[in-house]
Amino acid sequence: MMYKLWMSIYKEFLLLKRDFGGLIILFVMPLVLIITITLIQDSTFRTVTESKIPVVLIDNDKGEISKTVIENLNKSGQFEIITTLNGTELTETTAKEAVFKGKFQLAIIIPKNLSKDLQLKVNQNVDKIVSNFGIGDTSETKKDSLPQKIDKKEVRLYFDPATQLTFKNNVKSSIDKMISQIETKSIYATFQEQLGEGDAPIFEQESFITFKEIMPTVDNKEVLPNSVQHNVPAWTLFAIFFIIVPLSINIVKEKGQGTQIRLLTNPVPYSIVIAGKTITYLIICMIQFYLMVLVGIYLFPYLSLPVLDLDGKFFLMSVVALFSGLAAIGLGILLGTIAKTQEQSAPFGATSVVILAAIGGVWVPVFAMPKIMQAISQISPMNWGLNAFYDVLLRKADAVEILPEIFLLLLFFIITIFIAIQYDKKKRAV
Amino acid sequence: MSNDTSIIQINQLYKQYKDADYFSVNNLNLAIGEKEIYGLLGPNGAGKTTLISMLCGIIKPTSGNFSINNLTYEKNAFEIKKTIGVVPQEYALYPTLTARENLLYFGSMYGLKGKNLREKVATALYQLGLLKFADKKIDTFSGGMKRRVNLIAGILHEPLILFLDEPTVGVDVQSKNVIISYLKELNAKGTTIIYTSHHLSEAQDFCTKIAIIDRGTIYAEGTPNQLIQETSGAHNLEDVFISLTGKELRDDV
Repeated sequence: MMYKLWMSIYKEFLLLKRDFGGLIILFVMPLVLIITITLIQDSTFRTVTESKIPVVLIDNDKGEISKTVIENLNKSGQFEIITTLNGTELTETTAKEAVFKGKFQLAIIIPKNLSKDLQLKVNQNVDKIVSNFGIGDTSETKKDSLPQKIDKKEVRLYFDPATQLTFKNNVKSSIDKMISQIETKSIYATFQEQLGEGDAPIFEQESFITFKEIMPTVDNKEVLPNSVQHNVPAWTLFAIFFIIVPLSINIVKEKGQGTQIRLLTNPVPYSIVIAGKTITYLIICMIQFYLMVLVGIYLFPYLSLPVLDLDGKFFLMSVVALFSGLAAIGLGILLGTIAKTQEQSAPFGATSVVILAAIGGVWVPVFAMPKIMQAISQISPMNWGLNAFYDVLLRKADAVEILPEIFLLLLFFIITIFIAIQYDKKKRAV
Repeated sequence: MSNDTSIIQINQLYKQYKDADYFSVNNLNLAIGEKEIYGLLGPNGAGKTTLISMLCGIIKPTSGNFSINNLTYEKNAFEIKKTIGVVPQEYALYPTLTARENLLYFGSMYGLKGKNLREKVATALYQLGLLKFADKKIDTFSGGMKRRVNLIAGILHEPLILFLDEPTVGVDVQSKNVIISYLKELNAKGTTIIYTSHHLSEAQDFCTKIAIIDRGTIYAEGTPNQLIQETSGAHNLEDVFISLTGKELRDDV
């Protein structure tokens, strides 16, 4: 039986070798695609704000500022504020973990006593200005007393490493703006309180509140994802799934040529025929993957693009590529079994890959999709593959953490092959 | 129709395709003896290919049963497939592979391997006049050459029973003669041949027994001479055929 399998694999390789157009589709086109897309895409990603984006908000302040931040976030209509996970109140630690694992795109941590300390700081500034102008309380005691030291406050932001850069930048600038406005408002309010009507302000202009993005760290080194690390996995997956087209054509051709009829009369289980195709096309998928990785590592720097940094995750990335390839092959075999002509299988295969890529989050991040599409994306094998790639490359997940996605990809392969075999049997029984 | 030495025994076999309002094979009973060259002759749509497809395990009957070498597909599909050889109506070859590559692949599917397989392929190619074209791609071959390679792909494993669905259709006289001679040699070595054709004179010379089949049913069965003698005014098999199946066209969709 092993010899039959070996000969089936050898035959598939010979067929591919003799099909120059097919080889172009399989190897050259994905490389052209990945280089073109990465080159024309700027370093940021488009933010789509048609639906509310869940944002974790940890309010350690419980004051006016956090109230204003919440009001402004709600008012923007773009965000849904999350404070609990599975019924448990989120803390900075749990929020950070959830965000870095990709459960949420963003967490905002408002520090303790922010409102109180801001008001104190503003009061100090205003008092200083007022006393410099020789108005208000100018008693010796007040003049001689040292102002209370107030530490600067930091609003911390945590982003999912897979979050697109444009979205991050937009959020960061929105919050920056919001905080500046609150700070300015407080200063003016204090002036108004003390002077009734104020002229030109003469207080500290330096921003009191700052924020800092906390990146995931590996060995105390911050991991800085770039566009290449987003693009290479996404478009590699797209290319891997394009194997559906030549594979389904291969099966339809066998039906048209009559070779499938001959194989049905041969003492060889159909599973060997399918295994021969699966192994051959899986090898093709892996070659595609490694070619794209090589392009990301060695060619991109020559094109003024950031280098693809696999950061020791080469093996896990290969595992994800392997199982993504299996899922694609399952779909290709199913399509080839059902389609009657190449005119059916080729356009349907190509279109279905594009649709799977769209709902899988290759172009638009899943979290920014409408609710219904977000639900649909959960059943897209390309979404599982993409998440697994991002988990490994950007979220620094280990093998255990990508097991659910790997399992789903394998299950998809098994189900599609099972349906293909059953469909074929039923068709021959009628 | 039962026969003690029959290698194929068919009992009350029916086949109705999905959405069809007629039976392509209709209560067919047949016994085919060992080492026969059995011709299944009939007009287009008579049910010949459907019958062969069922006997080869490609499609399933609607009802009825049959055995091949006392085995049934329900219980011994794998064993039957090792016993039979099939030469389908289509060329059933990979056009971008060479003749040798095609034959090595299909031979390996019958469990042949190594030197034995390579020798069998080379011998068959030589016997059918194709050895010098062994390493040429099939899509460069003429119809007659493809038919010969198609035949070799079905006989490399020396089957006990060989099914041939119109093996000489669309080939020149030279190729036809080579194919028929080769098949006679195979039969002489003990292979039972079940053959369909529209070439009635070819069938008259080639077959040891013939069944005229139409509308899924056997109309007459016997040796070519028996059939001619039993049909009034018939001088050859074509007269028998017209007498039994009529002159009207059998176009159908």
